[in-house]
Formats: sequence, C-alpha cells, structure tokens
Amino acid sequence: MLTFAFKRLLTAIPTLLVLLALAFALIRVAPGGPFDAEKELPPEIEARLNEAYHLDEPLYQQFGRYLGGLLQGDFGPSFQYKDYTVTELISAGFPVSLKLGGLAMLLALLVGLSMGTWAALHQNSRTDHAVMALAMTGISIPVFVMAPLLILFFAVQLRWLPAGGLGDGGWANLVLPVVSLALPQIAVVARLTRGSMIEVLRSDFIRTARAQGLPQREIILGHALKPALLPIVSYLGPATAGIITGSVVIEQIFGVPGLGRYFVQGALNRDYTLVMGVVVFYGVLIILFNFIVDLAYRWLDPRVKL
Amino acid sequence: MSKAKICWRFLLILSAALGVACSDNDSVHAVRDYGQIGGPNGSTLAADQTLHKDNGAEPQTLDPHRATGVPEGNILRDLFEPLVMEAPSGELIPGAAESWAVSDDGLLYTFQMRSDGRWSTGDPVTANDFVYSMRRALDPATLSTYASILYPIKNAEQVNRGELPPDALGVRAPNKQTLEIELEAPTPYFLGLLNHSMAYAVHQPSIEEHGEHFVRAGKLVGNGAYVLNDWVMQSHVELVRNARYREDAHTTINKVVYYAIENADTVFKRYRADEIDFTQSVPTRQLEWIRQSMPDEYIQAPYLGIYYFGFNTTRPPFKGQPGLRRALSLAIDREIITDKLTAAGELPAYGWVPPVQGYEPQQPEWADWSREERHAEARRLYKEAGYDADNPLVVEILYNTSEGHKRLSIAIASMWKQVLGAETRLMNQEWKVFLQTRAAKIKTQAFRSGWIGDYNDAYTFAQLMHSANAQNDSGWVNAEYDALLDAAAVENDPLIRAKFMQDAEQILLAEAPIMPVYFYVSKHLVKPWVGGFVPNIMDHVYSKDLYILQH
Repeated sequence: MLTFAFKRLLTAIPTLLVLLALAFALIRVAPGGPFDAEKELPPEIEARLNEAYHLDEPLYQQFGRYLGGLLQGDFGPSFQYKDYTVTELISAGFPVSLKLGGLAMLLALLVGLSMGTWAALHQNSRTDHAVMALAMTGISIPVFVMAPLLILFFAVQLRWLPAGGLGDGGWANLVLPVVSLALPQIAVVARLTRGSMIEVLRSDFIRTARAQGLPQREIILGHALKPALLPIVSYLGPATAGIITGSVVIEQIFGVPGLGRYFVQGALNRDYTLVMGVVVFYGVLIILFNFIVDLAYRWLDPRVKL
Repeated sequence: MSKAKICWRFLLILSAALGVACSDNDSVHAVRDYGQIGGPNGSTLAADQTLHKDNGAEPQTLDPHRATGVPEGNILRDLFEPLVMEAPSGELIPGAAESWAVSDDGLLYTFQMRSDGRWSTGDPVTANDFVYSMRRALDPATLSTYASILYPIKNAEQVNRGELPPDALGVRAPNKQTLEIELEAPTPYFLGLLNHSMAYAVHQPSIEEHGEHFVRAGKLVGNGAYVLNDWVMQSHVELVRNARYREDAHTTINKVVYYAIENADTVFKRYRADEIDFTQSVPTRQLEWIRQSMPDEYIQAPYLGIYYFGFNTTRPPFKGQPGLRRALSLAIDREIITDKLTAAGELPAYGWVPPVQGYEPQQPEWADWSREERHAEARRLYKEAGYDADNPLVVEILYNTSEGHKRLSIAIASMWKQVLGAETRLMNQEWKVFLQTRAAKIKTQAFRSGWIGDYNDAYTFAQLMHSANAQNDSGWVNAEYDALLDAAAVENDPLIRAKFMQDAEQILLAEAPIMPVYFYVSKHLVKPWVGGFVPNIMDHVYSKDLYILQH
C-alpha cells in the first residue's frame, strides 16, 4: 500500500511537469497579452509593465522562475486582479467550490444510487422507464437552461429562495446552485448504477445468495452494491475533481464566488499566472482523486491488485 | 432626516433633472418623475438604508491610481473625494477643495483646501496629500496604465516616462491649505479630469505602512463618504458610512453593497427578486418586456460614448479612397439600427463627437438628406471608386466576438449589399486577439470599435483620430486635422478652441476614416424606492446622493 502510494507520487511529478509545460506554452502562444486593452499603452509603459512582471525575460527563464515559485507555494501575482496573488484567489475560491461541489456530489450519489438501484430492481417496469426518462432529461437539459428556470420559479415567482449570491452562507443560498450542479450528475449516476446493478444482480453469487433465502435488503446492500459501485467509482474520481473546482456556468448564473470562472476569465484576460494556477490546482486534484479511486477499487474488489 | 431636508433634496434633484433635460434637448429620454417616488409615502425613509448595487465585472483593483474600468470607478467614487467632484446632475462642484482660481493664461490652477476635510482615520486632508498622490500616480513605479490622463500637468509625461523624477511634477503645496497645479498648456477640461480616480488623493501613511496591501478591507483609508468594510472576490464589495466624512450629516445610505455580476440576465433575475436595487446593465433581449412591464424602473440617458466602424486607410481597398468610405457610410441606415437592433434609445450618430459641453455637434451635410438621396449619392461614389455590379467591392468586417456586434455587423453587411451590391465577409475574433489584429492594421479592412470619453469634452474624442494617437486604428493621417487639434490643445479661448475642433471634425467626416453608427446610452433599472438618482452623461453616481424610501 505504501509502495503503491510512493510509486503514484513519483509518476505524478512528471505528469504535472508535462501539464505545466503544456499549459505554459499554450497560453503564451495565444495572441494578445495581459496588458492589451481598448486604450493602447505607450510603448515605454508597456515595457515597464513587462519588466515588472518579468515578461521581458526569455520564456525558459520565466518558466524556471514560475517553477521556483511553485516549489515555495507561490503561484505568483494575478495580472488581472492586481491587488491579489493567485494563491489568495485560489484559497478564496476553492472553499466555496468545494462546498457547492461536495454537496452536489453527495446529493447526486444519494439520489442517483437510489434511483438507479430502484430502476434495476424493477427492470423494464413502468417506474424503470419513468426513472430512466427522467435521467435522460437530466442529461440532455443543459445547466444554463435548467438553472435560470429554477431561479425564475423558486426565486422570482415563489420567492422561497434567493436568486443568487452566497449571502451570509446560509443553506437557502446553497439550494439552487447545489441542485443545478447535482441534476446532471444524478442522471449519470442513476444510469450507471442501473446498468451495473442489473449486471451484478444476474451474477452467480447473487443467485446463490437468493437461493440461501437472504432478504432482498441484505442481498442488495450487503452483496450487490459493492461490486455494482465499481464503474460509478471510476466515474466519480475525475467528476468530483471537476465539480469541486467549480463550474463557470453555475457561478455566472448564481453569482457564486467559486474557482470555476478563473479558468475562463484567466484565459480570456491572458492572466498567465491565474491560468497556470488553476490548471496546476486542477491537475493535482485529478491526480489525487484518481489515487483515491484506485484505493476504493481495492476496497470494493479485493481481487484488484495495487 | 428632517422633512425640510427631504424637501431641499427634492428641489435640488428636480432642478438637476431639469438641467439635464435642457442641455440634451435634441434627445428624448426617460427621466423619472422624482416627485412621485414611493407614492403617497414619498417622503418616508426606510429604516434599513442599505443600497444593493449591481456593478458589472469584478473590480481589478481598488488602488485609484491603477484602476481603469467602470466597475472600479463606481466604487472609488464612494471611497474617495477628489478636489472637484460632481453634483448628481454631473455638474462640477467643490470637493476636497472648497474653491479654486485659474490664472489668466489658463496655466496655473490654485486650489484652496477645505479646513474640515478628513481622512477616514481622522487625519486632515491637506494639499500635501494631493502632491504626494499625483506624484505617485505618475511615478513609473506605480505601474499605472491610465497615467496619460494627467499628462496636461506640467512635466507629467516626462515623469511618467521616467525622464524626470516625480518631484519635478508641476504640483506644489505652498502651505497645507493651498495646492498649485501648473499645466503644460491651457486645458479647459482640466477640472473635469480631476474627477478621474488617477487624480484622487491616497493616504500616504497607510501606503507606507501596508505597501500594496493598503487597498484591503480594514486597511484602505479614504476621504470619501464611505469606507471599505468587506471585499469578497467575485462576490461583492461592501462599503459603510465614513463617520469622519465632512458631509456625513447629509448622507442617508448607511451601507452600499456592490455586487460583481457579469451576466446581465443574472442581474435582472436578482433585480426582480428584490435582491438588487440598482443595476448597471439591462438584458437587451428583454428590453421590450421591461419597457412594458416596468416602464418606471427602466432609466436610460445619453452616455458619453460612440459606437462606430473604422476603415483601415493604410491598405486596399480603403487606402486613398475617401469616396468609397463615404459611400459605405452613406449606405447604412442608422435609424433602422437604433430603432430595431439596439433599440435601447441610442441616438443615431452622423458625427464623431457625442453631445458634450461647450461644443457644437457636427454632422456631414448629407445627414439631413432623405434616404433616397443618400443612397443615390452612395451609389455615385461607389461607382466613382471603380466598383459596380460586375466588379463589386469585397470587404471584410472584423468584430470582437459578441452577439450584439454580430447582429449589427450582419445588418450593415446587408445594407451595403442592398444599396451598393458590395460583398461582405464577417470575421469575429476573441477580444485580445481582436485588439492585436486591429492595432496591427495589416489584415483589417473594416472593423468595429467604440469609445467612451474620459471626460466631458470634445477633445477626448477628437484626439483619438490624431495621427500620433496609438488608438487611431484606421491609420488615418491628415496634416490639417492634426494641426487644428494641436492648435486647440494650446488655445485658451473656449470658443476659438471649440471652433478648431469643430473644423477638424468636418475634415474627419468628409474623409470618413470612420463610420459613426450610434451614440451610447446608459441603461439602469432602479427600484421605485431608490431616490436621488439623476442620470448624467458621464453616468457617474455617488451613493451619498441617494436614499431608500419606505417600501
């Protein structure tokens, strides 16, 4: 187990380096720079800005400087948000995204797993079709359609919930963004669960369990659920990393100060350090979650060798 | 707040509103009838004086000397008080300076500071603060990108380029109460420039103590009506009343929350849910519905900006072809564009300079012609330039990616097709790519552009087309135009100066390196319980002038 973790860490470093180099190169290839604006700058002033942010150095030197900073946990200053460092922006945005994304994922798992299992147990029944139709709808309606509809109904018409913002962080402000984030995930989890559950329920060991007269509840929870979770877990790893780093759509629609918008804004504004910062952060999370998935596999299925 | 004070306020607002309506007599726009705010309870203030304002994008900085955009400007106006500030109507009134005198040659401004001006720490606001701040604003080390707005000050440009030390700047404080600013040339709009955050005073001790963190909540010291209480990135900036502000007794709003919301639809939903009292934008697609369902809450007013298309005069097909450029400008129907496309009350633009103070708006002679006459002239010029049905002009319009620009470019392309038979290709680029392509003047032919004036004077528009201006993306060079502008820049007599610029504009319009389309309007949704708002051409709003009525 420890050797496995150590090996994983060793492979993670080159992966991250490649990711960093690619992101660094790509954002620099994009035309336009961080200081381009409607009002063009006199050349001397632009030169001074480039100097202050070390953009006048050769690229390899800038990359080296960046890596050096990273090793000390310094993501550099943001070009766009001049009063803040990228580290500050990420540490302010991540808790919000983590909270929303974590809650959405929990909700998706609770509802999705139950819906999927229910549908699998009543395969080809009316409820099965209804549940799957619902899941299909969930997958096909994009968030940017669903979220405004939810706001219109619950916030503008009924006035039960706030239309946006985090307010003082109370649950009322969380409901709509969490539900909007969770809906497509519920759909995916339900479909995956149903498929894999149907397969597991047909396997020999379940038949044996049934033959022994075990109650349905125990068959499902005690025997079928664990192996049925395998495909869901492998989906959940990257999906969780994605969802807890924020969704630009949800953040824009609900005015939530998460991390997601920095991926888009950083790129659009050529805020080089911000783009790099969120890419590195996301990369680390993906690697971390894939590692967790592998550990979960081992726990779910003892035949898996680490 | 006493009744008498409310009445006084209404009078002030009413007269200000009338002032706006008179100065912009050629435009029709909605000005709310302030007498009826709050209905029968019109004069009762709400217990909770918190104003929730939408503020567009997240502010990029709250350092007044590094700020450039509208969202920053809105917040900074509440946090700092310039030497000269604005009444709700936009008219200049004494701010941190209680009075000023201008020398006969227009080169020396002497400001008398108020004796009761205080920083939010309680320190007095002195002339020395402004000397320190203007030097800081222009010091190359501050990395300001908008410093050029202060270039009218003596030696400012050299200081900003690092050719002279900051203390060579023509700003002096003979004593704590007197501030002298020496200019390079008479600059009639100079007082208006002092409204810009570049000319704000910052608190020297707190900058020395906190370095670049001086803008953080809890550290930012200002001399304005409000102080920074909280700043949650990408969510909101919260200001509370500055009890030490010299006119705090006249301030009504206790707390202002500026929300950073980029999406106009999101803003609109939060407005409808009563979470926001005052919006900075209005979703264009829902304008019709808004006009019908909440006519009293939608407030539009002329705004100091122009939406235009430029022609690259350094390359074919527009190089040396003023006739062709004029033909294309004649062929578009601006009324259709503003009535059907933008439809927010924009004014069709035939001239270059929007209605500003002290300037006679200019138009090409064909502006008053009938549609048929214009089209006939357009066809004649088009033919004269060597194009016809068999040999049509093939032209590319470049615009930055946006639904609105796309719609407008399509409309213009179809008008050119219909009237002249010209073939147009549409090309869109992401903002930063677009900026670079446009400035390079190599691939561009026709391109979209816009300009919002920095100050309420024709020069902010006129200078854009000077051949030495980096933003002259048309690459248009006209010696006579440059000479007239250079003459205007040093002319002290306002009438002669205006005449120089008006003559210059006539040259510009005849040569048509640009095709004006419309003058912008500012658009706000304002809840009926928000009182004291007067639309003005700069779209500058000070929260201290507003109040919340019982609702």
